[in-house]
Amino acid sequence: MTDSVSVANVSVRFDSDRGTVNALQNVSFEIPRGGFLAILGPSGCGKSTLLRVAADLVAPTEGSVSIFGASPAEVRRRRDLGFVFQDAALLPWRTARENVELPLEVGNGARLAERGRSPEAMLALVGLADWHDSFPHELSGGMRQRVSIARALVTAPKILLMDEPFGALDEITRDRLNEELLRIWRDTQTTVLFVTHSVQEALYLGQQVLVLAPHPGRVREMVEPDLQKERGLEIRDTEGFVRQAAHLRALLEHVP
Amino acid sequence: MKREHVLPAATLGSLLAIWSFVVYVFEVPEYIVPSPLHVARTFIRDFDTIMRNVVPTAIESFLGFFVGNLASIVIATIFVHQKTVEQAFFPLAIIIRSIPIVAVAPILVLMLGNDMTPKVVIAALICFFPTLVNMVKGLSLVNPQALELMKVLSASKTEIFFKLRLYNSLPYLFAALKIAASASVIGAIVGEWIGSTEGIGALIIQATYNFDTGLLYAAITAAAMFSVLFTALISFIERRVVKWSPEIG
Repeated sequence: MTDSVSVANVSVRFDSDRGTVNALQNVSFEIPRGGFLAILGPSGCGKSTLLRVAADLVAPTEGSVSIFGASPAEVRRRRDLGFVFQDAALLPWRTARENVELPLEVGNGARLAERGRSPEAMLALVGLADWHDSFPHELSGGMRQRVSIARALVTAPKILLMDEPFGALDEITRDRLNEELLRIWRDTQTTVLFVTHSVQEALYLGQQVLVLAPHPGRVREMVEPDLQKERGLEIRDTEGFVRQAAHLRALLEHVP
Repeated sequence: MKREHVLPAATLGSLLAIWSFVVYVFEVPEYIVPSPLHVARTFIRDFDTIMRNVVPTAIESFLGFFVGNLASIVIATIFVHQKTVEQAFFPLAIIIRSIPIVAVAPILVLMLGNDMTPKVVIAALICFFPTLVNMVKGLSLVNPQALELMKVLSASKTEIFFKLRLYNSLPYLFAALKIAASASVIGAIVGEWIGSTEGIGALIIQATYNFDTGLLYAAITAAAMFSVLFTALISFIERRVVKWSPEIG
């Protein structure tokens, strides 16, 4: 319990003008510390909502989330949480370095410098050592997303939540960033929850893949891919990968 | 000289030439429409008088600009943090905005006397509403994901205001300030029209009654030049403050 992220019977209902929407219904799963969970599902399956529950941005109607024994609110207040949005959400008036410094300036963040991660080191980690003083509008979409990953990691979070971070990028950039994300994950040993609607991305990145079904959002299946931990992009052409991708696709398409 | 400077200069030159030509050919009397040359001569001849009258107008414009915009920035900040106050007053503010301030000017002169105060108040009122609307927009229309990020970072309301909302509002604020700069000059001049003895507005009224049309045109030119310089000053400050690629205007 204390060494895992566990989600127990979480339901989220929203009241709208057209009645109650069941965004999530009775979702349960558990992943170990240092794990990489890809959350895969079509739009409307509540995968972003699930991430927002873990980030204490949405309160579950029922059920509970425990992140290494603590509630999401506690984890957020302790600043042990990193979040990467689909739109990099950089502040346009801040340079790359200043954007990465933001988490250390707010929410009693000055003390987090003791955790030993400097903004410079984080920018180097994401391959932007030479771009410290560039403004977001001077960076490409992929570079902006790298900055936002550096920003999420600068507080040395215990858990990193990523909401379709590469969804708006072209395929080549996306491949590069997928490869680098796995390297960063191995280097930092952070637990990652990664939301995507791409089967390839989920299978390539995830040590575990949680497949969700829509309306209401619920767990279809928890898949543990049979792939080695050290993966290069070329693994996607192997027979094992193709077969497992087909299995995931079938899970998405044939909802009972 | 670059093309984008040469072309408008050439247009201005041509317009002045056409003006001179029409006045000369149709023998328009000087007290109806003076020639540009006559206006320029008057401008130089009465330079001291004009400058003496520009100063009070400039002071009233600056003060009105400062007071009006400061009030809208403060009130917009309150609106964004106290939704109830916004809901109670903002729709009313939009309605009050529709009252032509120029029409209210005589009332303000009656209430506040004949010194600088009513002119400053009129200038301030003219600046107030456009800035209020833009500032409320700028402080509220923040990227929702940036706002969620601040929540994930456990940022306080004060931190969200100073690190996110305030910067977000700056392009909106400067768009309004550039309008307010020229509007405040209008406000000051309108105030001076009503029984004032000094200022560009008073000079315009005197020159009109005396059929000193050359002085009238020269006074208008001086007011226009001041207004342009004021707006240029705000643009200059904007370029230094808003260095990131602005998202609006």
